[in-house]
Amino acid sequence: MNLHEFQGKELFAQYGLPISNSKVIYEAEDAFKACRDIGGSKWVVKAQVHAGGRGKAGGVELVDTPEEATSFAKKWLGKRLITYQTDEKGQLVNSVLIEECTDIAEELYLSAVIDRESQRVVFIGSSEGGVNIEEVAKNSPEKIIYESIDPLCGAQGFQARKIAKVLKLNNEQTKQFTPMLKNLMKLFVEKDLSLLEINPLVITSGGLLHCLDAKINIDSNAIYRQPEIAKMHDPSQEDPRESEAAKNDLSYVSLDGNIGCMVNGAGLAMGTMDTIKYFGGNPANFLDVGGTATQERVSKAFKIILDDPEVKVVLVNIFGGIVRCDLIAEGVLAAIEEVGVQIPVVVRLEGNNADLGSEILSKANIKIESINNLGNAAKKAVELAK
Amino acid sequence: MSILVNKDTRVIVQGFTGSQATLHSEQAIEYGTNIVGGITPGKGGQTHLGKPVFDTMNEAIESVQPNASMIFVPAPFCKDSILEAAESGIELIVCITEGVPTLDMLDVKKRVDELGITLIGPNCPGLITPGEAKLGIMPASIHMKGSIGIISRSGTLTYEAVKQTSDLGFGQSSCVGIGGDPIPGSSFIDILKLFENDSQTEAIVMVGEIGGTAEENAAEFIKNNVSKPVISYIAGQTAPAGKRMGHAGAIISGGKGTAADKISKLKECGVHVADNLTEIGSTVAKVINK
Repeated sequence: MNLHEFQGKELFAQYGLPISNSKVIYEAEDAFKACRDIGGSKWVVKAQVHAGGRGKAGGVELVDTPEEATSFAKKWLGKRLITYQTDEKGQLVNSVLIEECTDIAEELYLSAVIDRESQRVVFIGSSEGGVNIEEVAKNSPEKIIYESIDPLCGAQGFQARKIAKVLKLNNEQTKQFTPMLKNLMKLFVEKDLSLLEINPLVITSGGLLHCLDAKINIDSNAIYRQPEIAKMHDPSQEDPRESEAAKNDLSYVSLDGNIGCMVNGAGLAMGTMDTIKYFGGNPANFLDVGGTATQERVSKAFKIILDDPEVKVVLVNIFGGIVRCDLIAEGVLAAIEEVGVQIPVVVRLEGNNADLGSEILSKANIKIESINNLGNAAKKAVELAK
Repeated sequence: MSILVNKDTRVIVQGFTGSQATLHSEQAIEYGTNIVGGITPGKGGQTHLGKPVFDTMNEAIESVQPNASMIFVPAPFCKDSILEAAESGIELIVCITEGVPTLDMLDVKKRVDELGITLIGPNCPGLITPGEAKLGIMPASIHMKGSIGIISRSGTLTYEAVKQTSDLGFGQSSCVGIGGDPIPGSSFIDILKLFENDSQTEAIVMVGEIGGTAEENAAEFIKNNVSKPVISYIAGQTAPAGKRMGHAGAIISGGKGTAADKISKLKECGVHVADNLTEIGSTVAKVINK
């Protein structure tokens, strides 16, 4: 789950990290008062969406008057911001963050991820901030440090000092940085983060470290024990079909082909997409109905797939391990009846009770292509989609 | 021979009385797996599926001497259950449950590594030695005793590889689903080592998918350490890039993680890669009958 910048900064504040004075507004008319409450004579206004690249897309501006802040809010609230990280539809702007302006002397980079290879939380620091970090990694890898944290010991002072050297911090800044690193690690563990990125981490003209941005992802598996964070979930930032699927514990990703796929297991779902492509077709989606698919969930999956107007045929590919194919067969029939499916459906059932499942499908009054061989089922779907 | 489990493996089931555990334990017993009992805190002293139920692993060890555990407890309790088994001296732990928080796994993995215990999963279908023992949720009927060792990150893709190798008459020595989580208990390399040393295994099928660099690392290991032929399939050639990956994650993988990268690395290291999911079996046949 992703958080907005202002939500990430709320967490930063809880952990004593230096952030700017700010207000979040949801209505343009609140911009004026927000600027006055923050004080000063210059503000940064930032459209809040779950995507990077906002600055270049016009979603971040420096303003000199509360009126300018108001017109920025009017311009963006309720509109969609398109950046290089979003799709062509962009992301809906529901809120604008207004911050006091920070005078920047240096821009640095700091992030933390769970590194699969070392199986540790790893901090990544660079003296080059405010830019695309992948570029820095490619062109000047010597400017990047990776520091892995032991899960039992936590972040130590020596690790902060090591990172500080690469960030080229002076002694005062290193002293400020040490508790920051420890607190970031605490935040990472206590709130079940999967990614934390501060780009840029800046040095102000006064010589102090300051977090100018906050990008935080939370481990979806851990949301059950993070009730405060669960409340921060903003479904408007997700593809409507993807969030509808998530509500039903289904994993769905929208693609641009015309063959709808309903598969159990993420690996097999990807393998099914690849097989369709191999035989000359184009998958309309990735959909994993999961290991414990019930009839209701299968019906729901069907509705989500059919909600996509591009879909010309649906390929159901189930290899029953946990799920019983007879349950899937019943779900398919129930959904077809309930939704009134007009397009062809190709079903391939294998594994647990596959024979029973095929029998249920063949006895049904609705026309379903039941094909046990995956290659043949995929070929049939491709043929029907043409 | 086979790897990790056989008919003498004494299996304890953690979360024994839950509905999924009951369903799959019943099938495992029917398959011939030597399930010696189960654990459900608060239900010690009862009998379930004809086997004794214990409150703690210690009691189970004293009375029925298990040496492997199969875990079905809900995700929030997996860390506790895995550590209970590990600290009690169980040698092999198979965690089926999906949805274990990643940070829980960082702690667990560190501890099981220190203790030298083999953990398979979480978020996996488990493992099976056909004709001997089944510690998992795979459909038994597709398996056949034979010569192919199978390792996979995905449950249902494992079944695909199993079915295709059974249909062609090769059968399997053992099949291990290592699970689809970012921090798996065992890696491809851990299981490749076991298959390389197993006399029953003639060839190895390794099923991978996009994300991380486990397949690339395995490819490098195969090149230097595995004498048996390895056949691979990588899922996700049509998956859209960057759908789930944050910026910083992309650096660590340094541009790796795509299916194309994995396939080219595997080929470079002498692995036979099936072009398509339906050709895993036929690729095995081509390699073995050469």
